[in-house]
Amino acid sequence: MPATPSQTVGPFFAHALPYEHDWELVPERHPEAITLTGRVWDGAGEPVPDALLELWLGRTGDRGALRRGDGGVSGFGRCATDPDGRYRFRTIRPSGPYLSLQIFARGLLRSVLTRVYLEDLPDPLLDGLDPARRATLLATGKGDTYEFDVRLQGEGETVFLDF
Amino acid sequence: MTHPPYLYPGYQSTVLRAPSRPPVAFKADPDAIELSSPVFGHDEVGSLDADLTRQHAGEPIGERIIVTGRILDDGGRPVRGTLVEVWQANSAGRYAHAGDQHPAPLDPNFTGAGRCLTDDEGRYRFVTIKPGAYPWRNHPNAWRPAHIHFSVFGTAFTQRLVTQMYFPGDPLMPFDPIMQSIPDEAARQRLVSSYAHDVTQPEWALGYTFDVVLGRTPMES
Ligand SMILES: [Fe+2]
Repeated sequence: MPATPSQTVGPFFAHALPYEHDWELVPERHPEAITLTGRVWDGAGEPVPDALLELWLGRTGDRGALRRGDGGVSGFGRCATDPDGRYRFRTIRPSGPYLSLQIFARGLLRSVLTRVYLEDLPDPLLDGLDPARRATLLATGKGDTYEFDVRLQGEGETVFLDF
Repeated sequence: MTHPPYLYPGYQSTVLRAPSRPPVAFKADPDAIELSSPVFGHDEVGSLDADLTRQHAGEPIGERIIVTGRILDDGGRPVRGTLVEVWQANSAGRYAHAGDQHPAPLDPNFTGAGRCLTDDEGRYRFVTIKPGAYPWRNHPNAWRPAHIHFSVFGTAFTQRLVTQMYFPGDPLMPFDPIMQSIPDEAARQRLVSSYAHDVTQPEWALGYTFDVVLGRTPMES
């Protein structure tokens, strides 16, 4: 059957899609918690204050994906960017080398899907990219905090994926 | 071509946000995490979440409607237990969102957000009110046709779909660059719901049906 076309998430989702503790895949005191944060930029180098990001670790976990319960880990989180274009997730390190990140925004008629690699290791996807483009998929880490910016367009444009 | 291109200058916001390079085609290994999707439990969705007319003390103003349909994969098989989220403007065309500057009244009895999980046939069902058209600043005299925003998960993160449902016969559709960004007329028509007299409930609400077909997962293709 032919697929249903995509349309933009638009500017007015803040009353609908965010939910309580959406950015917290693990509770505050989780011993292995890390923070993944960064900013979303447009082609003019301006922050994107109305993007919605979704993070997926590959396993649903026991904390609830939508209504956070007492469990330790959820594999899914959601975060709307703030006026500076910044997002933030509290998560754990994935079992593999990367996390999956999907971005929706006004002006994106389709979402974009990328990967956040916490370490620069040999990898089938990374190894197929030239060094400058490879670097767009590498988070920069300091202790328990990792930074990963998403550049939708232009210089340093993030590598987006089509499976 | 089912989906719109990223860059569609008639929709101004795409100009600085559309990636300039095509997405990198990548053949995922079977362990790729993008081939799975979060699972949402029935205890995570409230029983009233799918009735947008009962989320406040009083009844919202507007034409009460039932919107129902199935979430299917490309083989026509139901996608069971998947999360469907909807959001919309009220009957006057105003969103319950701080950024909406349209000088139309807010409705204290309508937020315009709902969610549910599909049943074993892949079916969802919402009760809501028909949203109004609303103006935007994309070009002179720009108006969005009445629409309900849909967000659907599916069984793989690559199938994740956000789209908009329109209403049959809406005269604003040909003027709307967001809808017209979809290059293929047949594909555009797949976003138009159908009036369904068998869904309509006497003396209570008009019925519309809208099915969503998710793309292939990479392992199938
Ligand atoms: Fe809208």
